[in-house]
Amino acid sequence: MSGLNELTIAAARNALRKGEVTSIELTEACLAAIEGAGALNAFVHKTPEIARERAAAADRRIKAGDAPAMCGIPVGIKDLFCTRGVPSQAASNILKGFRPEYESTVSQRLADAGAVMLGKLNMDEFAMGSSNETSCYGNVVNPWRRGNDATPLTPGGSSGGSAAAVAADLCLGATGTDTGGSIRQPAAFVGITGIKPTYGRCSRWGIVAFASSLDQAGPMTRDVRDAAIMLQAMCGHDPKDSTSADLPVPDFEAALTGDIRGKKIGIPREYRMDGMPDEIEALWKQGTEMMRDAGAEIVDISLPHTKYALPAYYVVAPAEASSNLARYDGVRYGHRAKLAQGDGITEMYEKTRAEGFGHEVQRRVMIGTYVLSAGFYDAYYNRARKVRALIKRDFEDVFAEGIDAILTPATPSAAFGLGEMADADPVAMYLNDVFTVTVNLAGLPGIAVPAGLDRQGLPLGLQLIGRPWDEAGLLNHAYVLERAAGFVSKPAKWW
Amino acid sequence: MSIDISTARKVAHLARIAVKEEDLPALAGELSAVLAFMEQLNEVDVTGVEPMTSVTPMRLKRREDVVTDGGIQAQILSNAPDAREGFFAVPKVVE
Repeated sequence: MSGLNELTIAAARNALRKGEVTSIELTEACLAAIEGAGALNAFVHKTPEIARERAAAADRRIKAGDAPAMCGIPVGIKDLFCTRGVPSQAASNILKGFRPEYESTVSQRLADAGAVMLGKLNMDEFAMGSSNETSCYGNVVNPWRRGNDATPLTPGGSSGGSAAAVAADLCLGATGTDTGGSIRQPAAFVGITGIKPTYGRCSRWGIVAFASSLDQAGPMTRDVRDAAIMLQAMCGHDPKDSTSADLPVPDFEAALTGDIRGKKIGIPREYRMDGMPDEIEALWKQGTEMMRDAGAEIVDISLPHTKYALPAYYVVAPAEASSNLARYDGVRYGHRAKLAQGDGITEMYEKTRAEGFGHEVQRRVMIGTYVLSAGFYDAYYNRARKVRALIKRDFEDVFAEGIDAILTPATPSAAFGLGEMADADPVAMYLNDVFTVTVNLAGLPGIAVPAGLDRQGLPLGLQLIGRPWDEAGLLNHAYVLERAAGFVSKPAKWW
Repeated sequence: MSIDISTARKVAHLARIAVKEEDLPALAGELSAVLAFMEQLNEVDVTGVEPMTSVTPMRLKRREDVVTDGGIQAQILSNAPDAREGFFAVPKVVE
């Protein structure tokens, strides 16, 4: 059989249950696709033995009639998730050689549901980046190109490997994490679906921490139904994460009714940015019309503190990162620098961290250190946390007025060329997160859905933002948008 | 607020990251650019606003104060760059 690696999770699940295909066959198709896709640099640690073992176990389970939806489905796991006995280094040299003795809750849940891990996926170092150019494994290349132009493009970041792998049919779904847009921006750049659930929905236990008050895991899939199925398996209460929500998880797939009549969709006026490309503006308008045609009421809304979200984020996230990354000291795991005669413990720390952390990570750790240092804590960190409270209040106000979901662009541009931003100042790269970062600051669920192609033939996405804990409603809105947009394009295979 | 070379040196040391003396001017410039971007936050009236600590109003769960694991010394040391006689080994800490 050919093309098994191109199936959606839902189609594969149905075929598995009917006995039309085995997990072994699906897995072999994906492993072959991965072997042929070295040029994308998406999978950085392959685990074919684990995959074949789990596929065989899944087939036995399916035969026995005990098969959850993800049973037998081959997936990729972002390198940020600790996976027992398998390299897990957050794309950083400082964790070179690290093989965790434990499994992250999210990857364990997927394994318990019968999902088949194919390997670990490339990403920006410690999830700090928007282009997958800060990885110790090298860049991921977007499977999409500008027509016949062979210029290599970024798949976005930080979950760039996950995005490229799903778009190039190397796996049926992948885990991502999202601290400021790291699921939604890459999903938009490669024409797939990515959802960041409400903060607390997925356990953070065993996921290498970047900014603990913002980090959330989520699925990256070919369509909205697959996102619902995979998210279902990933989330739920975990006593090992004190911020994990002890709330029932509804049946997300069952929520996909396609009926949003009478729902109120907010269009935030502050998201109309100066210099936004016409194509993004036009796509946003089309999306708005699609929701109206589906029977939703369109409401102009205001989220007045939007423009302060990025600067607030770039205080809060580096501050938390500088604290979280203090653990990489060359003592308990990972890299330790070779020391010179007479070097003491301080030199060991300083040399280890200088060698182990890449440039962007060093910069953010130092920014975080600065904004937390005596004399600046109030001026930067506390002020940013207050602005964050106001950003969250903006959303609470519109939801209190009856808004069910908010529609915005996912990114301010289509995928750009690798290296194109190399000479820009760091702030220019940070602007990639302008539409997504508010959602992390407010802890809300957000989803990116592919909605069209630009003039160069590159995918563009729209974002829907939901009420806290209403992933079910959000997915249904996204499902309506997906059906109306009818995005079916795939990248032409060149790799 | 602009960061000078001596502040950059101090921040690098606080962060325990060795930065070569000749790299400090560039670092100071980069840090200054990012901080300039953050200056926008000064435009916001935050009078009477509580700084956010937790995004979801939740009380952190408590559990019984009991031992839940332990006796896994070998696992804990398995990834150490230098482990000896059941301990993490580091350069001399106290003179």
